[in-house]
Amino acid sequence: MTAPSKAAADRLGRLLNLVPYLLARPGIRIAEAAADLDVTERQLREDLELLWVCGLPGYGPGDLIDMAFDGDRVTITYDAGIGRPLRLTPDEALALVVALRMLAETPGLANRDAVERALAKLESATGELAGAPVAVRLPGDADRLGTIRGAVERRHALRLKYYTATRDSTSERVVDPMRVLVVGGRAYLEAWCRMAQGVRRFRVDRIDGLVELDEPAAPPPQARLTDVTDGIFRPTTDLPLVTLRVGRSARWITEYYPCESVQETSPDAWLVSLRVTDLTWACRLVLGLGPDVAVVAPAELAEQVRDNARAALEAYR
Amino acid sequence: MFRPQSVIPPRVRTHKRTDAARFESVSRTRTERLVNLVICLLSTRRFLTAAQIAATVPGYEHDANDPREHEAFQRKFERDKAELREIGVPLETGTSSVLDTEAGYRIAAREYALPDIPLEPDEAAAVGIAARLWRHVGLAAAASSGLAKLRAAGIDVDPDATLGVEPVVTVDAAFEPLTQAARERQEVTFTYRIPEEDAARIRHLRPWGVVCWRGRWYVVGHDVDRDAPRCFRLSRIVGAVQPVGWPGAFTPPEQLDLISYVARWSGPVERTGTATVLARPGRAAGVRRWAEQVVPSPEGDRLILRYADPEGLARWLVGYGADVVVLDPPEVRHAAMTRLAEIAERHAAPLPVEAEARRRVRTAP
Repeated sequence: MTAPSKAAADRLGRLLNLVPYLLARPGIRIAEAAADLDVTERQLREDLELLWVCGLPGYGPGDLIDMAFDGDRVTITYDAGIGRPLRLTPDEALALVVALRMLAETPGLANRDAVERALAKLESATGELAGAPVAVRLPGDADRLGTIRGAVERRHALRLKYYTATRDSTSERVVDPMRVLVVGGRAYLEAWCRMAQGVRRFRVDRIDGLVELDEPAAPPPQARLTDVTDGIFRPTTDLPLVTLRVGRSARWITEYYPCESVQETSPDAWLVSLRVTDLTWACRLVLGLGPDVAVVAPAELAEQVRDNARAALEAYR
Repeated sequence: MFRPQSVIPPRVRTHKRTDAARFESVSRTRTERLVNLVICLLSTRRFLTAAQIAATVPGYEHDANDPREHEAFQRKFERDKAELREIGVPLETGTSSVLDTEAGYRIAAREYALPDIPLEPDEAAAVGIAARLWRHVGLAAAASSGLAKLRAAGIDVDPDATLGVEPVVTVDAAFEPLTQAARERQEVTFTYRIPEEDAARIRHLRPWGVVCWRGRWYVVGHDVDRDAPRCFRLSRIVGAVQPVGWPGAFTPPEQLDLISYVARWSGPVERTGTATVLARPGRAAGVRRWAEQVVPSPEGDRLILRYADPEGLARWLVGYGADVVVLDPPEVRHAAMTRLAEIAERHAAPLPVEAEARRRVRTAP
């Protein structure tokens, strides 16, 4: 479909929705309806003008859609037979049903019952459309997540014992919780970290201890929620770039970590570049990947890997 | 009550439809014609032929005896029908009696209208939250237009409601074509690339459904080439998913449990082995977290670990370098030593490129 035609279809859908919407809300303020429907007031008035000249064949006074204006309020007084919204399309039913299944599967959710009831009603109302061929399973520690969510809802500060993988250390810190997220099957607590003086995301499976404090959570005004659409770890160019020569058995890292470049130079050696938060973490990564991976750059990392492997071997003797 | 003249133009209400000038003053936009077409077809129980529609709905007026005008009308009408179907208007085609020679059109109100969905406020709030989950443009648009219909049916959705935990839902590009193919039971073909394999392969699949498992998306179906059920990770599909043949080409198995096909390969592992590892004091926190027991000793802390696969355990422990030493069992200890030796060997020589760069820095004025 061409773009203008798409816009026309969007407008038609909006208009067919507008009559039932207003019918259900007699005397609604035009500004309120516009804000609610996410259109400008001017657009809404244009839509009303258009509807006002539409109606049943005959197109006489009693046939046309009718509405009464009272100041800045509007009431539909005759709907000409389009008083019900159009049924859901298969795509709309799929998008809503699958999203509800996602919610229903999300561990630690508040009021899961409402999600399940909504899902059942939507599925029965949309009939065969709801046979969406999509299944969802998001395993997770529901109890722990429920505890954390409870603390977030009660707006209490938390003392966390948290394992930081990039530094391979466990530390205690007090955080002001902001929200709980599930991204890519993993749960995170997003909070203002008083120790780091910044917003951090804590992987729930790395929270080794949790105490809900009596004091209120008080994230400072500069604490903003992070856009996690593109994933939790979004490497920035100020982070060190590491280039590895990667053999077949370690190619999985290209799917697991966000890579800056992957050059398939030969079947035995792919050149993979990725940004890392620090080199000691990269050293543990390379050691863990084993002899099928070699550091190409930086030299500092290659040295670290070599020295560390040699020191470890010494410890075995 | 009054009608603000500046906002709503006065309608010409005194003329009949037969008056050609009836709608002269009104802009006959395409949308207006389509709204009238929907209203007209909803109001009729008889099927209306194209000619009857042209004689009824404003915007289709033409001289049917003029071939060019008639052809233009037909094109316009075809486009309009396609547009109605595009937004999901169930346009029926048929004849009202055996005497009718030409098929006509109508819209059955029962098919058109959204059925009543009596959602409680907390249920409506849940649907509202669900509709906002999609980060994918197409699905986000579908969810929000679906929600708009529910709200048009009189359901109020609290925009500020939360459920305390917010799933961030992303899907791969192959999600839409695969769910559609599964819904329509149409075979598909796609190029599939597993990182461990050197070349991508063309696959043929009768898709039964799509599964989200641990945050990743998979398609489950009958692999035509292997003649067996298989699942494929959506992120490994390269390029477009192409439909093959016709819809309704297969029937998925009865009592289908999509999750079981994916979960079978990702089930929990039995940790039957026990290993003892010496950790330097205050180091290897990542290993300590998994220890069943920590016993301090003069050389460091002895950690007792449960494991499933000795090679896997060795691989993991080697990642902690000199911070850990495997004491027992010998097979894990040996595997770790071998790997460390190989890694040291691989990194024995200084990097040639770096060395060159450093020389340049040193000799620079």
